[in-house]
Amino acid sequence: MAEQPHIELKDVRKSFGPKHVLNGINLAVDRGHSLVVIGGSGTGKSVMLKCILGLLEPDSGSITIGGKSVVGLRGAERDQLMRRFGMLFQGAALFDSIPVWENVAFGLIQGQKMARAEAKDVAFAKLGQVGLTAEVGELYPAELSGGMQKRVGLARAIAADPEIIFFDEPTTGLDPIMADVINDLIVSCVKQLGATTVSITHDMASARKIADDIAMIYKGEIIWQGAADTIDESGNDHVEQFIHGRADGPIQMDVLRP
Amino acid sequence: MVNFVAQIGRVVLAFLEEIGRLSLFTKNAMFAGMLPPFYLRQVFDQLVRIGYNSLPVVGLTAFFTGGVLALQIYIGGSRFNAESVVPSIVSLAITRELGPVLAGLMVAGRVAAAIAAELGTMRVTEQIDALTTLSTNPYRYLVMPRLMAAVITLPILVLIGDIIGVMGSYIVATTSLGFNSGAFIRNMVDFLEVRDVVSGLIKAGVFGFIIALMGCYHGFNSRGGAQGVGRATTNAVVSAAILILAANYALTNMLFSE
Repeated sequence: MAEQPHIELKDVRKSFGPKHVLNGINLAVDRGHSLVVIGGSGTGKSVMLKCILGLLEPDSGSITIGGKSVVGLRGAERDQLMRRFGMLFQGAALFDSIPVWENVAFGLIQGQKMARAEAKDVAFAKLGQVGLTAEVGELYPAELSGGMQKRVGLARAIAADPEIIFFDEPTTGLDPIMADVINDLIVSCVKQLGATTVSITHDMASARKIADDIAMIYKGEIIWQGAADTIDESGNDHVEQFIHGRADGPIQMDVLRP
Repeated sequence: MVNFVAQIGRVVLAFLEEIGRLSLFTKNAMFAGMLPPFYLRQVFDQLVRIGYNSLPVVGLTAFFTGGVLALQIYIGGSRFNAESVVPSIVSLAITRELGPVLAGLMVAGRVAAAIAAELGTMRVTEQIDALTTLSTNPYRYLVMPRLMAAVITLPILVLIGDIIGVMGSYIVATTSLGFNSGAFIRNMVDFLEVRDVVSGLIKAGVFGFIIALMGCYHGFNSRGGAQGVGRATTNAVVSAAILILAANYALTNMLFSE
């Protein structure tokens, strides 16, 4: 029997009122693999990620992690599960009332009850891993540039050595060089941990760099999935249009043409 | 005609929906907050921010209100040749009614707005989601400490406000209304009962709960960037003020009907 996928979504649906955002998502990620989900704005990428994380509950369908269903978990079980996750948010989502190192150590101190001094050492080690010095650790998030905030967010995501890490648009809003630095850091950090990752992005350069597999989401469905190096021969018109960034093609934006 | 009825129906439905959402929020906050871990650091922080930092506002309000009450009651009393009622009526009015209500309204303006703005910003920048992914229940970490701090500090603030308010009236009465200092104090002490003060403090505790709950609820549910946070802040203050006045009537009815 083939190894069971680490994360598996089957026919996941989610609507907000009359708006159907996810129309039956089917997706599987093998242990230790890096899956990047590409797709335009408003196609349901973020909602899918939040459903896996448990921040949103799908209307129907199943989500299993390591073969165990995780939909509707609450309380201690949910906390247990969250401890296996790390997440890098699009805007980094650092807590601005506490210094950088405490941000990184937050999950260790609050979630795992590690002593503050010990957690601080771990935090500085993780900051070093993303190329930030100890001085940065004493600053507050508002004093950092966007790229540095992203790196702190990455350090926080890997602080508790999670087995699954989620990246929400890791390179959006960064200059191309910083974006590549982040991509490199993601690849090296993930390799070091041996974690399974799910990323969502619309940045193809980033997707090519960090993905083992790529899936494309369109109108709440996965329309193509394959190994990252086969994306140029996908034979799918939607994928072709997206990776080449053409305005004309099967995907039509709701834009009034003059 | 049908349109008109439909309009009423929509408003009623929206109102009921809001009550349902608020009840769920309160339930979540209470259930989550009763369970460990307890974030004592957060509670302490909030005690300082909600309680200690509100002292000047409450003190000044009480002082001037006490002074103005002495003047008005003196004028009213003199029409019945009953100027001597000033100390007893001022102390009754302040401890039973004006102390808790005015302190409640002033603190609502300060604290409900601050809480809604802070939590609202945390919501739109995904910091609240980030808490969840770091195995920290946001109700337990953010809402409960604020509720606790407000319920603890409001009665203390009101007690201090009561004292300052009576002092204000004492100063006005003895300096410009010709009262004898000893007679003023004796008159007041003779008339004032413990339950007058205690009932005011009970009200204050309830008002504290309302203030923190409205701030947290509107902050948690804010949507859509800076404008959404602004709207949440306004709603928090307005709803807290209205609920305080409504609760004040209900409580007065309960505490004084025998």
